[in-house]
Amino acid sequence: MGFWESIVAILGLAVITVITRSFFLLPEREWPLPEWLKRGLRYAPLAALATVLVPELVMRDGALITTLADARLPALLAACAFYFWRHSILGTLVAGMAVYLPLHVGLGW
Amino acid sequence: MTVAAALRRVAALTREPEFRRGLVDMSGMSVGVGAWGLVTGVAMVKSGMPLGVAVLMSLLVYAGSAQLVVVPLMAAGSPLWVVWLTACCVNLRFVIFSAMWRGYFGGLDRLRRCLIGYFSGDVVFVLFQRRFPDLRPRPEQLPYFMGATAINWTSWQLMSLLGMVLANEVPVHWGLGFAGVLALLGVLLSMLSDRIAWLAAGVAGAAAVAAFALPLKLNILVGIAAAVAVGLVLEAAYPRHSRIRSR
Repeated sequence: MGFWESIVAILGLAVITVITRSFFLLPEREWPLPEWLKRGLRYAPLAALATVLVPELVMRDGALITTLADARLPALLAACAFYFWRHSILGTLVAGMAVYLPLHVGLGW
Repeated sequence: MTVAAALRRVAALTREPEFRRGLVDMSGMSVGVGAWGLVTGVAMVKSGMPLGVAVLMSLLVYAGSAQLVVVPLMAAGSPLWVVWLTACCVNLRFVIFSAMWRGYFGGLDRLRRCLIGYFSGDVVFVLFQRRFPDLRPRPEQLPYFMGATAINWTSWQLMSLLGMVLANEVPVHWGLGFAGVLALLGVLLSMLSDRIAWLAAGVAGAAAVAAFALPLKLNILVGIAAAVAVGLVLEAAYPRHSRIRSR
C-alpha cells in the first residue's frame, strides 16, 4: 500500500475505532435494551477475557496443542497458583513469565 | 479555556480518590498492556510500514487487536474496503461493550460520550465493570475511567513507539506477548466470583476454541454470545447461585 493510501486507510481506521467503541453512545436518545439482555451483558466482560485467553493458552497455529512440552502450560499453573496465593495481578504475570521464559527461550518449549 | 484553567482542572482531577484508584488498578495491568504494545509496534514496522506511518497509526487508531489484523493486509496492498471491513469485524465486541457504557455515561453530552468510547479499550472496560458492577451512573465513575485510561493510553503508546524504534532489536521470538495474556488471566481469575461465572467463562473459552476457524476473529463474538446465554439460563435455573449483582 502506498504512502497516501496508507494515510487514508489509517484515517478510516481511526473513524472505525470511534464508531464501533461509541456505537450505543452515539444516538441522543437511549435505545431501550430489554431487561434480560442487560442482565446477560454482565457476563460479557469475563466472556471477552476468556475468549481471548483460552485460545492463546491451548492452541498453536490454529489447532489444539497435542503436547505437554509447551511452556505455556506450566506457566499457566504457576500463574494460577500465585493468583490464588496472593491475589495479585502483577504477581500472577511475573510468576507466569518466570516459568515461561526459561522453558520457552531455554528449552524451546 | 486558558492553559492555567486547564491545569487547575487536571490538578483537581488528580486529587479525586477514584482517579487515583483507576491509576492504581490499571498500573497492575500496565506491564501486560505494554508488552502487547511493544509486540504491536514491532509487527507494524516489520511489515514494512514506514516509521512515520506506524506512529500515526498507533496514535490515531489506538486499537491493538485491529491493528495486528489489518497491518498484514495493508502490507499486502489489499483494497481499502477490505482493510476497513476487517477492522469493523474485529471491533464488533466494542459495539457490545458500548451498550454497557451507555448505562454508565448516557447522561453526558455527545462529544464526551464519543471520547469515552474512543478511549475505552478492552482492559479499561473490564476493570471498570469490575469496579462498578451495578449498571447505573455514579459521579465517581468518570474520574475512575480517566485514571485507568491515562495509564492504559500511556503504557500502550510508549511501548508501541519503543517497539517501532527497536523493531529489529526486540526479541519477539521470546514470546513477550505472553505477558499480556498472563495479565488478562489475573483479571479473569479475579472476576470468577461464583460458579455461574466459572461456567460462563469456561463455555466462552471452549466456544472460542471451537469457532477458532471463523475469519476476522468472529470466534470472540461466538464466545461472548455463548457465555451470555449460559449465564442467563443458569441464573434463571439457580437464582441463588449468582452473586454477580443485578441492577
